Amino acid sequence: MHIFANPARFVRLANQILPWAIAIMALTLPYGLYLALIASPPDYQQGDSVRIMYIHVPSAWMAMFTYMVMASASLAALVWRHPLALVAGKAAAPIGAVFTALALITGALWGKPMWGTYWVWDGRLTSVLILFFLYLGYMAIWQAMDDEETAGRAASILALVGVVNLPIIKFSVDWWNTLHQPASVIRLDGPTIHADLLGPLLWMAVAMKAYFIVTFLWRMKLEINKRKLAVIQMNMVNAHG
Amino acid sequence: MTSPSLLTIFTALIQRDIKLAWSQGGAGGMTLGFFLIAISLFPLGIGPEASTLAKISSGVIWVIALLACLLSLDRLFQADFEDGTLDDLSLSPINFELIVIAKAIAHWSATILPIIIFAPLLAALLNMPEVGYKMLLISLLIGTPALSLIGSIGAALTVALRRGGVLLTLLVLPLYIPTLIFGVGAIEASITLTDPAPHLALTGAVTLVALIISPFASAAALRLALE
Repeated sequence: MHIFANPARFVRLANQILPWAIAIMALTLPYGLYLALIASPPDYQQGDSVRIMYIHVPSAWMAMFTYMVMASASLAALVWRHPLALVAGKAAAPIGAVFTALALITGALWGKPMWGTYWVWDGRLTSVLILFFLYLGYMAIWQAMDDEETAGRAASILALVGVVNLPIIKFSVDWWNTLHQPASVIRLDGPTIHADLLGPLLWMAVAMKAYFIVTFLWRMKLEINKRKLAVIQMNMVNAHG
Repeated sequence: MTSPSLLTIFTALIQRDIKLAWSQGGAGGMTLGFFLIAISLFPLGIGPEASTLAKISSGVIWVIALLACLLSLDRLFQADFEDGTLDDLSLSPINFELIVIAKAIAHWSATILPIIIFAPLLAALLNMPEVGYKMLLISLLIGTPALSLIGSIGAALTVALRRGGVLLTLLVLPLYIPTLIFGVGAIEASITLTDPAPHLALTGAVTLVALIISPFASAAALRLALE
């Protein structure tokens, strides 16, 4: 992993991955959306409102996945002091926050026709809301402190503490038997969801993962460039001062 | 001169913090005052109808206890950080994890314990059914140590910030939610005459997890602040 401690080498690698990720996103996102919104059959019970699922479920997956990325980066930052780990955590947080918000909003929109209410204080919904707050807290610490290194490591501590929430989200539908339906795709005995619905869902999941890789690498490159710029400015000030 | 044992330092730290909390403008008394006043606002805001108050009483008491705890948290490490006591402590034989536990114990006994003692009185004012009183005390006793412990993480993370209060709220409140849910759940269960044991077990589990995680997280944050 320390091969990539050199930012220049990381940027080279990122530049190699980016075109592929962009290509995958450009292919899967339109196709996935076409399948999800037009080509797939409406659900026999839910009608066309089932199409919200194709945005909602992959967003929720990405909300948790991004937190795992952020938390792993935080661990690497605190334990091995990997120089790029703080950059990675900082880059991942807003993406994860947006995915979480998207999952909450689409969930509310889906809840209205299905459950008759935008929001219930059900275990799954509440724990995802906590996830959203954790993202906000992580970003707030970054902003509250002037020194980048201190801010990043303080935020990393919070990110690691918040990992406790991930299993709660995963198992909330089993522990609290309320409105949210139990897991139907990722389960031991195979998905219980019909193949017609599963296809578009998986296409959308791949598209969102590719979108994540693209924005994540972009944001990391941006952060590295910002730091380079800060160093250049500092050198200029020192040279003239 | 023999150096004092860890236990001596540990108990001395707790005693010192409790004394400070009650002497320095009475942080403990202030928190208790906030608790009493904030709760008395509910009958005024919602209306004095007894059945409504009875329904919300357990939740209101827990939420206000949580906010009262939050109110006193930002001073948990800050005074010691500002006057250099934390630097001193970092040189003493006791490690930061134990310091955090000592401070959490002191915070709990100086500010939360008074709240718990007054809780049944307020439960009576809010017309809580009498069967709930015992469970109110038990759930607060089991659950509130988690508030001090989890709160110490937020307090340690924001210790170096001049205006850390709002940030502290944002960091700590989400982590308080499980304690709140299970704590209130136990009281509700005992009022509706169902078995409160599962809720209590979960409340205790949250406290135990907080006891394991918080000292390390807070200690890491304190070391960071002292760097």
